[in-house]
Amino acid sequence: MRILRAAIVTATVTALAAAASGCGGGTSPGGAGDDSPTTLTYWASNQGPNVEADKKILGPELKKFERQTGIKVKLEVIPWPDLLNRILTATTSGQGPDVLNIGNTWSASLQATGALLPWNKENLDAIGGRDRFLAPALDATGVAGKDPAAIPLYSLAYALYYNKRMFQDAGISKPPATWDELVADGKRISKKGKWGLGAEGGQLTNNIHQAFALGKQHGADFFDRSGRPTFTSDGAVAAVKQYIDFMAKDKIIAPGNAEYGQNQSLRDFATGRTAMVLWQAAATTFAADGMKPDEWGVAPVPVPSGTPGTGRQTNSMLAGINIAVFKNTHNLHGARKFVTFMTSDSEQRLLNKTYGSIPPVTAAQQDPAFNRQDTKVLRETLARSATPLPQIAEESQFETSVGTAVKDLFADAAAGHPVTTASVKARLGKAEQQMTK
Amino acid sequence: MRTVARLRRAGLPYLLLLPALLLELLVHLVPMVIGIVMSFKDLTQLFLGNWGAAPWKGLGNYRVTVDVDAPVGATLLHSFVVTCAFSVLTVGLCWLLGTAAAIFLQENFRGRGLLRAVFLTPYALPIYAAVITWAFMFQRDNGLVNHVLHDQLHLTDGRPFWLLGDNSFLALLVVAVWKTWPFAFLVVMAALQNIPKDLYEAAALDGAGMVRQIRRITLPSLRPINQVLVLVLFLWSFNDFNTPYVLFGKAAPEAADLLSIHIYQSSFVTWNFGTGSAMSVLLLLFLLVVTAGYLLATSRGRKHADA
Repeated sequence: MRILRAAIVTATVTALAAAASGCGGGTSPGGAGDDSPTTLTYWASNQGPNVEADKKILGPELKKFERQTGIKVKLEVIPWPDLLNRILTATTSGQGPDVLNIGNTWSASLQATGALLPWNKENLDAIGGRDRFLAPALDATGVAGKDPAAIPLYSLAYALYYNKRMFQDAGISKPPATWDELVADGKRISKKGKWGLGAEGGQLTNNIHQAFALGKQHGADFFDRSGRPTFTSDGAVAAVKQYIDFMAKDKIIAPGNAEYGQNQSLRDFATGRTAMVLWQAAATTFAADGMKPDEWGVAPVPVPSGTPGTGRQTNSMLAGINIAVFKNTHNLHGARKFVTFMTSDSEQRLLNKTYGSIPPVTAAQQDPAFNRQDTKVLRETLARSATPLPQIAEESQFETSVGTAVKDLFADAAAGHPVTTASVKARLGKAEQQMTK
Repeated sequence: MRTVARLRRAGLPYLLLLPALLLELLVHLVPMVIGIVMSFKDLTQLFLGNWGAAPWKGLGNYRVTVDVDAPVGATLLHSFVVTCAFSVLTVGLCWLLGTAAAIFLQENFRGRGLLRAVFLTPYALPIYAAVITWAFMFQRDNGLVNHVLHDQLHLTDGRPFWLLGDNSFLALLVVAVWKTWPFAFLVVMAALQNIPKDLYEAAALDGAGMVRQIRRITLPSLRPINQVLVLVLFLWSFNDFNTPYVLFGKAAPEAADLLSIHIYQSSFVTWNFGTGSAMSVLLLLFLLVVTAGYLLATSRGRKHADA
C-alpha cells in the first residue's frame, strides 16, 4: 500500500512538473535565438549496433567540437522505433533539441510541420554551400522548390549481397545483373532447406523501399504530379507483384520470411541459409553474425536491362540520415556551427567510415574506405542510379499503407493463397483509399 | 464567531479535497478535453507545431469514422468486432482460470506457496520482455510453439504461422490471457480469505459436497468482487495496447487488429490526429455506456439478492 501511495504521489508530481514546464518553460517567441550560446542538445539516431556504441563513437567527436568552439553538446542517442514519435512530441510541445537527426524519407513530412529550420541560401552558405553535397542526397531533404529542411549526413543505397560459397556450390560464376538471372540463380540454389533470396516481409519500410525501386523500373511513381496517390497504376501493381512473386511463384524466398521484421533475413544470410539479400550497408551486421568479409560479395541491385542508371534503370531508393536544426533553438549560431562541423570533410570521412555509410559530402568520398567491394557499389549506386522516395508531406502514410499492403500480400503468399494481379490491385486499392481522408 | 467556526468546519473537507480535485483536473480532464477538441479539427502534420491553428472540421472526422462503406469506417468496424470478441474471450478465460486456481489453492498442501508464486509470475514480469519472448516462441521456423506442436506432438500438418493471418488472433488471445489471469487469481484468492470458515463447516455437516459448497457458498460470496473484477478486466482488455504492439508492431494482421492499435495507427503512423481523436472519443463513449449499463444491471441484481 505504501508503495502504491508513493507511486501515485510520484506520478502526480511528475505530471504537475511536466504541466508547469509546458506552460512556463520558455521558447523565445519567433523561433530561433541565441540566448544560450554555450550549450547544444543533439538527438542522434541509432546508427551503430546499439545506443552505447553510438555514444562511444560520437563522444570524442563532440569533445573535439567543444574544444574548437567552446560549445558543449549534450548527446542523446534515440533508437529508430522511437525517433519519429519523439520528434512529433517535440514538435507539438515546442520543446525539442537544438540539432537532430531525421530519416531522409521523413524530410517532406517534417518540413510540412514547420518545426525545422529552413536551409535558405544564407544558412547553406554558412556550411559551405550546395555544391559540396551529392545532388540526389540534397534532393531528399524536402519538397522540390522549397529550401531544404535538413542537410544530408550519412547516405546509403541498396546493393545485392551474395554468398560466394553458395554461388560456387550451385555452379554460378557471377552475380545476377537482371531479375531474370536472379530468379534463375535463385531457383538453382533453393533446395534442401537453402533459399535463393531473403526478405523482411513484416518490415513496412523495407517493403516500401523494394516496391519503390521496382516501381521505378516499371515506370510507376506511386504519386502523380499533383501529389495524388496512384498505387493501383499498372506499373505499381506489376512492381509489387514481381516482388511478392519471388515467394509466391518463383519460390526463391522462404515462406517464413513473411513474418521477418527484425532483420532475421540477415542472420539467415550470414549462417548460409539464404544466398542473397537486397540491403543497405550490411557489412557490420554480417561481421557481428560471424561472417568474414571474403565470404560474401556485392553487386548492384538487378535491373531489367542489366545496366543500372536513371529513370527505369533505377535500382535503389536513396536512403540515409539527415541532420536538421529545430526552429525553436536557443543557439542558432552554435547549431549552424555544429552542422558545419558534422558535415566537414574530415568528420564526414571518419563517421561514415565507422558506420559503413557513404559521405554525402563528395570531397570526403576519396578515402579508400569508400572503395571496398561493398562501399564502392553503394557509392556508385548513390551517384548513378538511386532516387529519393517521393518528397511529399504524406510520405509517412504512404510508407504505412503500401508497406502494410506488401506485408499482407507476403502473408497471403506464405499461407499458399494465390497472389494474382487482381489480388495485388485490391490490396493496393485499399491502401490508396486510406490515403484519402 | 460560532458561525464562522461552523462554516470553517463545513468548508474544511472541501478545502482538503481541493488539491486532489485540481490534480485530477490536470491529469485526466485536461488531456481529455484537448482530445475532444482535436476530434473536431482537421489536424495533420501541417498544423502539428501549432495545433490550435488547425482548421475546424465540425463533425467531419466523426462522419469519416462511422461511414462503414468507406475504408476508414469499414476497417474501424472490423477492428471493433475483433476487439469485442477478444475482450469477451479474454475476460471469460481469465476469470475461469483465476477462480479455478484460487479455489484449488484454498486447501493447504505442500508446495502451495511455491505454486502461488509461480502463478503470479506473469503478473510480475515486465510486460515488454514477456511479450517479446512470446513473439519469439510464436515464430514459424524457429519458435518453440511450432517445435512442440509440430515436431514433437505432430499435432499440425505443416508449420503454421502464428503472427500472420487468422492464427494471429489466437496468439494474441493466449498471450493476453497468460499475462492477465494472475490478476483475477490474486483478487479471487484475497476474496476467498474473507469467507467465514464456519459456513463451509456447517455446510459439510449438512452433507453438502465440494461442488455444492462452491455453488452455494463460494460463488455467491464472490459476487461483489466478481462484479468489479469482470469490469476491470474488460476495460483492460478493450484498451490493451502493449500486447498487440509488441507482438505485431505498428501494423497488426487484420484478424488481430485491436482498436488501441488501430487508433494509434490512425493518429501517429498516418499522422491523422483529428480522425484518431474522433475514434478515441467514440471508444470512450462506448466504454462509458457499457460501464454504466453494466453497473446498473449488476447493482439491480444485488438489490434483488439482498431483498
